[in-house]
Amino acid sequence: MDKPFAITLDPGSSLANKTGSWRTERPVYVDLLPPCNHACPAGENIQQWLYHAEEGAGQGRRSGYEAAWRQIMQDNPLPAIMGRVCYRPCETACNRAQVDAAVGINSVERFLGDEAIRQGWTVPVTAPDSGKRVLIVGAGPSGLSAAYHLRLLGHQVTLRDSAVWAGGMMRFGIPAYRLPRDVLDAEVGRILAMGVTWEGGQQVTDLEAAMADGGFDAAFLAVGAQRGKRAYIPAGDSARILDAVTLLHSMEGAEPPQLGRRVAVYGGGNTAMDAARTARRLGATDAVVVYRRTRDRMPAHDIEVEEAADEGVRMMWLSTIARADSGKLTIEKMKLDETGFPQPTGEFTELEADTVVLALGQEAELSLLDGVAGVAISDGVVQVGPDLMTGRPGIFAGGDMVPAERTVTVAIGHGKRAARSIDAYLRKDQAGNEGVPPAAQSMSAAYGTTATPAPRLADFSRLNTWYYSDAPAAVRPQLDAARRISTFDEVTGGLDESTAVFEARRCMSCGNCFECDNCYGVCPDNAVINLGPGRRYEIDLDYCKGCGICAAECPCGAIDMIPEQI
Amino acid sequence: MPVQRVKFYQVGSFAAGNRLLADDQQSVQAEPGRTNSLNCGHRACQGCGEALGARYALDAAMRAANRQLIAVNSTGCLEVFSTPYPETSWQIAWIHSLFGNAPAVATGVAAAMRAKGRHDVRVVGQGGDGGTVDIGFACLSGMFERNDDVLFICYDNEAYMNTGVQRSGATPPAARTATTPAVGPEPGNQFGQGKNAPLIAMAHQIPYVATATVAGLRDLEYKVQRAMEFRGARYLHILVPCPLGWGAAPGDTIRIARLAEQTGLFPVFEAADGEVISVSPIRRKAPVEEYLRLQSRYAHLFSTPGGAATIARLQEQADANIARFGLLEPAKEVS
Repeated sequence: MDKPFAITLDPGSSLANKTGSWRTERPVYVDLLPPCNHACPAGENIQQWLYHAEEGAGQGRRSGYEAAWRQIMQDNPLPAIMGRVCYRPCETACNRAQVDAAVGINSVERFLGDEAIRQGWTVPVTAPDSGKRVLIVGAGPSGLSAAYHLRLLGHQVTLRDSAVWAGGMMRFGIPAYRLPRDVLDAEVGRILAMGVTWEGGQQVTDLEAAMADGGFDAAFLAVGAQRGKRAYIPAGDSARILDAVTLLHSMEGAEPPQLGRRVAVYGGGNTAMDAARTARRLGATDAVVVYRRTRDRMPAHDIEVEEAADEGVRMMWLSTIARADSGKLTIEKMKLDETGFPQPTGEFTELEADTVVLALGQEAELSLLDGVAGVAISDGVVQVGPDLMTGRPGIFAGGDMVPAERTVTVAIGHGKRAARSIDAYLRKDQAGNEGVPPAAQSMSAAYGTTATPAPRLADFSRLNTWYYSDAPAAVRPQLDAARRISTFDEVTGGLDESTAVFEARRCMSCGNCFECDNCYGVCPDNAVINLGPGRRYEIDLDYCKGCGICAAECPCGAIDMIPEQI
Repeated sequence: MPVQRVKFYQVGSFAAGNRLLADDQQSVQAEPGRTNSLNCGHRACQGCGEALGARYALDAAMRAANRQLIAVNSTGCLEVFSTPYPETSWQIAWIHSLFGNAPAVATGVAAAMRAKGRHDVRVVGQGGDGGTVDIGFACLSGMFERNDDVLFICYDNEAYMNTGVQRSGATPPAARTATTPAVGPEPGNQFGQGKNAPLIAMAHQIPYVATATVAGLRDLEYKVQRAMEFRGARYLHILVPCPLGWGAAPGDTIRIARLAEQTGLFPVFEAADGEVISVSPIRRKAPVEEYLRLQSRYAHLFSTPGGAATIARLQEQADANIARFGLLEPAKEVS
């Protein structure tokens, strides 16, 4: 070939120079456990459903909202309820709280749950019939969750409850101003319509007999803690004392209970707040919470205490009820000793009250377990293994009747975990060896029952928060105080469509690539290959020099630098 | 409904792209089909800011010029690491002549294109800070003065890195280089004016002058795009950290560029016809110490008795920039 003057070589491309050989470290894409997922007692993959929700309603094809809702439904069948009554451990854990304010995960979940009800979305049962029958006792959140997951796994489910209506404490414990009954009915009804045999109004008194009669292969007990604890209060003849569980339960009856104008609630938990707020709505001009200790020692969640105070509920700290008479209580002042335990002082005051409502905690009614061999009960709750099985093989228990925090979300998580344990138990029984469920879904690490190691947590230090726009949280509207104390209308409103999508987009996607193209953009060596929408990226190891800019500039911390084996 | 509306997308305009953004909202660097003007296999060090800045700027210029672009390169790292004979990393029309004559060669290329009637072909001149503010400065000033139709881009890494980190007219005070060692009563480079090339360019009253850093991709691309809308002499000054010369971790290149901007040491602005028309406000103000600590060229400031006073003087410079350019004033609403 004729070459120009002084040229002896053909022109070549620098692609011949494989600079990847310089590398001592290589970038590796990782998927870490976001703190929200880690904190969720129901084991939801929150980061993933927010990722779908960020796409909004979408055009033409299936909406991002529906995909998000279906993602939630893999773990939690009650999103609209969850979006109202969950105490949001996810938001407490959210890394965004360290940037401006936590992502309003709960409000987005509520929007998705409500949207599903509006659109009539359902989850089909596609698993083949296993031929196994499971009895679930108790139609509260735990029982409903277990019924849902067992149906999805192909088992026949009979759900039995002493109440005529399903819902358990969600119906008979949570007031309507926090959980409207149309929402409850819609989500409970959706589960019952999945082929669950619903037997309401049937109390199970002898579990072994019930299982033998029905030919059940396994049972899940989720009877809750329905019985209000009593405390001895010296009382005059005409003193009116009732317990909070009974009060809240009777709200579902035709006749609201008569409490009088002045109501004292004894206790400091969430139920005490519910009772006091309900009393206000029933016409009490004066609702006072009497609690032995101080605000910071109160078991009630802050948000409940704040909302109660907003509605004019008064609090008396460091006080016990020493005596109850007609229209009048004798209150003894307390003081905390050095261990933080309240001690009487001998100082007394009077408090006018027409009714005393006891909210001193609840205990489980466990007589149905009488005569069931191998089931251990201690501290009033049933002892279970990590798989939620009791000492009697095939009988599982969850929710408020086992040792755990007593919230709806924990109960839902128990239902899921029990369903998977029951499934494994039934399949093992059948095949004589370890069963593998047909729909082996990825489990949240928090509730993993498999032996895979828990993924690493995506903590705040991994994030490069520079890339996140300053975006304040969307605030849910609240009902006017005047309407709050006169009606049982829902106090906290929902986000509208545009606000919900923006709130979802505040998610920082901690530890999981969300395809922002930053690694592809910042590589000085063009060594990041963009695989296209939904397929993320790949490192071109022929040319990657291992500088680490991609890892440093990944907003969500989804790239690790690991040493090369040399 | 009393709801505070969130104004931005998840990552706003700070990351290169986002799956939720429409195509016309993505950066050039987020495009799967970007030019990759400077391709893989080049021999720049790990984490080279100049290689990154050059690809950012030229890919954006290629898009703005509808891919009809000729780049003229002065001598320096960018030329050496991209074209060891017979290999080239350039995927655009590219020419190199001497260290000091890139602006003049660019003028000639522009004249040739005009003579051939190729008004669609645009010309970019480029070089490091040595080739721009020192060796090529006469040619550059002449190009400005004649208002030749060239966009000249300076990739400023604040010293002669290619030949072994010697001081240039753009080296900042107190920085250690091979020729300004960290010895004596005032270690490192002297305090003085230096040569502020963007302000000198503005003094020529050319149509468009701007500064940018590799930490602000969107801003950089906007400025290239804007510069290409003008005919006549234009100047873009891009801060490109050099891991080798600055003594920094390769992975910190963008972080350091960002700190240069957020401390006020490197003001980011644009000017038209000699007047500043906009500045990029500081979003997260940082003390200069945070910037200096990441670079071993400033290590002596943290180990010698006079170091604290020198850091204070550098902080004064940063504060003076903040005051002069109004870098802490609230950003104007961009519709």
